[in-house]
Amino acid sequence: MRDFSYFRADNIEAARNAAALPGAMLLAGGTTLIDLAKCGVAEPSTVIDISHIDGLNAIDVTADRAVIGALARMSHVADNQQVKSLFPAVSEALWQAASAQLRNMASIGGNLMQRTRCPYFRDPQNFPACNKRAPGSGCSAIGGVTRGHAVLGVSEACIATYPGDLAVALVAFDAEVDLGERKLKVEDFFLAPGATAEREHDIQPGEVITAIEIPGSAAARRSTYIKVRDRQSYEFAAASAAVGLELEGDGRTVRDIRVALGGVATKPWRVRAVEDALKGKALSEDTIRKASELAMEGAVDHGANHYKIALAPRVIARAILKLGETA
Amino acid sequence: MNDQVTISPTTLSIHLAINGRDHALEIEPRVTLLDALRDRLHLTGTKKGCDQGQCGACTVHVDGQRVLACLTLAAQVEGREITTIEGLAGEDGTLNAVQAAFLEQDAFQCGYCTPGQIMSAVACIREGHAGSDEEIREYMAGNLCRCGAYPNIVAAVRQAAQELRS
Repeated sequence: MRDFSYFRADNIEAARNAAALPGAMLLAGGTTLIDLAKCGVAEPSTVIDISHIDGLNAIDVTADRAVIGALARMSHVADNQQVKSLFPAVSEALWQAASAQLRNMASIGGNLMQRTRCPYFRDPQNFPACNKRAPGSGCSAIGGVTRGHAVLGVSEACIATYPGDLAVALVAFDAEVDLGERKLKVEDFFLAPGATAEREHDIQPGEVITAIEIPGSAAARRSTYIKVRDRQSYEFAAASAAVGLELEGDGRTVRDIRVALGGVATKPWRVRAVEDALKGKALSEDTIRKASELAMEGAVDHGANHYKIALAPRVIARAILKLGETA
Repeated sequence: MNDQVTISPTTLSIHLAINGRDHALEIEPRVTLLDALRDRLHLTGTKKGCDQGQCGACTVHVDGQRVLACLTLAAQVEGREITTIEGLAGEDGTLNAVQAAFLEQDAFQCGYCTPGQIMSAVACIREGHAGSDEEIREYMAGNLCRCGAYPNIVAAVRQAAQELRS
């Protein structure tokens, strides 16, 4: 790890000013930044420690909305009783992510800035070509081992999977990220690679995430996060789905449904085609399975990740069926 | 507070509160808590396994919460209370209930992951995440054991949790 200067910010203004310096990177939990600095991927000249700023870790939840401070820890949000009852998919996405130690460290704001686990991205010494690290250098994953790579939102420049869980639940429920001067939808905060794989987030130097806000809804109250992976715990998703469901008074007709996918796309992936196909319909296993297939429209595989195209719709269907059974 | 940015020099003078004792250190900013503990303070009970946040061997407590020392900068935890495996037993050498349970249940083979397992288990029980074997397995998942002593580790955590409840 290359050395850097260290600056502890005592308040948000100091953090913003320092974050605008060339080569500066923010340190909250450190689980992404220190890891990537050790890999030689992140080479900050200055590390701005924001973890000691007071007042940024509040978790404020009502039926109308949840406001979660950027420095709230993943573990605290996962265990919050109000989050569990009003936004169960958010709690489930969090406690199924990483390990207990990492969840105690990682902040909610930092979680949104988590980078891909693409093994080529993480290994600059052996794989110099990576459009995320060095724009225009090419993509080592295309033509390489692609078992974990994305099938949705990919481009000729990059097929790296967005690895996180929380943001999948956030895009399902129209959450917003608060950057102080402006707020934007989490769905728009994440950028698919296109021709600019190096740009993953709509955030500028000097901007600092201060909170996320999740609007409350009946679909958020009846929601779940299902994560399928190669081992039972402490693993990234092979495919995951955040689903929320609101039924009409008859207990079987869909009034509102939210569906988003993780582990298969280059960003947290909302699938409105599935939602639109099910709104106003009576739930049946056949209807659910047919609608879930629509999530894979436009999917492109690179050989070893072909299984994700079959897996992801089944994960969506399992999540909807699970919620339907609790009617 | 002053909003002007002044960047620290390349060597930092910090104080760390470890197992109830104050330690003064001169370090480069990039030094992790793990390297500070092992190489500077000779507290070698905390182990370096992967050094990449994937194995749990370096688990310590910061303000009572279990974290990974390999992904924590030493400078970042100045002002926090740090507990390592060396700080777990009583002053007279009486073992913590989790340490005793690991001995009784033979919850290790080579022993390299054990300090991390024990620090993680102490926190796991305190968090209330040791209610069933299934829950213990899920909330201990961040501590890998390449010898595969998992069944005995789960048994030790279960035993210690029961003793601490009663």
